[in-house]
Amino acid sequence: MSAPRPISEDDLQAYVDQVLDDGRRAEVADYLRLHPETARRIEGYIVQRDALRIALAPIVEEPIPPELSVRALAEARRARLMIWRPAVAAAMLLCLGGVGGWAARAVFAPPVNGVGALAREAADNYRVYASDVHRPVEMGSAQKADLVRWVSSRLHSPVEVPDLQSAGYRFIGGRLVTTPHGPAAMFLYEDGAGERLAVMVRPMKVQKNTAMSEQSDGGLGGVSWATDGVGYSLVAPTAPKSLHPLANEVRRQAEAVI
Amino acid sequence: MDNMIALIEPSIPSLRRYARSLVRDTSEADDLVQDCLERAIRRWGQRRGNSDTRSWLFSILHNLAISRWRQIQRQGRHMAIDDATDAALSQPANQSDGMDHADLIRALADLSPDDRAVLLLVGVEQLTYAQTAAVLGVPIGTVMSRLSRARERLARRIAAPVITTQRAHLRRIK
Repeated sequence: MSAPRPISEDDLQAYVDQVLDDGRRAEVADYLRLHPETARRIEGYIVQRDALRIALAPIVEEPIPPELSVRALAEARRARLMIWRPAVAAAMLLCLGGVGGWAARAVFAPPVNGVGALAREAADNYRVYASDVHRPVEMGSAQKADLVRWVSSRLHSPVEVPDLQSAGYRFIGGRLVTTPHGPAAMFLYEDGAGERLAVMVRPMKVQKNTAMSEQSDGGLGGVSWATDGVGYSLVAPTAPKSLHPLANEVRRQAEAVI
Repeated sequence: MDNMIALIEPSIPSLRRYARSLVRDTSEADDLVQDCLERAIRRWGQRRGNSDTRSWLFSILHNLAISRWRQIQRQGRHMAIDDATDAALSQPANQSDGMDHADLIRALADLSPDDRAVLLLVGVEQLTYAQTAAVLGVPIGTVMSRLSRARERLARRIAAPVITTQRAHLRRIK
């Protein structure tokens, strides 16, 4: 028989939370019998935990207010989506129709160059790859160095992976994506709730330096800009305004390298 | 849609309880829960197949609370500790279990958000250590060390004498 495992602080916490198996629980109980000071501390934690449960229990007994009805929230969302569908269809029919369509073309046709095009390419690629649950990236975060070498060589310029850990986004990997303007690097991040953020980077031939601009495109928000001939576009299923702090951080890191 | 409602709804009371312990007052807490539910509905399809709905919802809520804290810090607004968990404070004091609940809630509100989060997720919401780690986005080892630290800090605060004027304020009944 092997010697008994020493009791750790983790064991004591697990004892408070009653998640030890029976054998280990008995070992901890024996230990506490021999160590009254620790036993008092652990007993205090148990009292504390029970008191917290009792003190906060009234909140879960409160009736749920109407604005927190899941059904109402889901129906409101569905209604919002339904309103737009016929409007979009009507706008497309107008565009297709004759002279009016031609005149409208300049207004409705997506930009073919510059930051506007970059933003659209980023949103398109986000739709394809970020929604892929199992294989969103070609190379994972463990192969970051290889990924950086690969995309830098294909873009013919050194590319760094922005670090958004402090903003709560974990880097999950990246890949090379195609655009009408050649290859681009796309890096994917995930927050604690699994929401994905993409940062797309590619060389810019037309607009080499621009201020940040916001885009929204069918539920996706974007912030895009260009610095010294490199274009950046952030995309996530959120309001573009909330992406600004992240975009500032990416720009700060990119400029720190230059 | 009915399936989604059936899976989300049972968690709402505990989401409200968690939110109430993280932000300043009842209406702000409910705003947070509403944002959380809207996000959950929007992202229902992106949820990983085998992940459990309850801790997924807690993750969303926790992340929203973190962005709110950051926003508050940026705006230079102080978290009013006196206002923290206002609704819970309005509960009449109760000595039956040997601990004054108002003092306890007050001591809890004095802890850092990280300490509060781990005490509530593990102790009150009874998430497993692994689920808590996923919600907080930290390794399990970090959950364990935070838990031990937070329990000790709360114990010390409860043991420390409370200033009388604060007691008077806390005992008010709505």
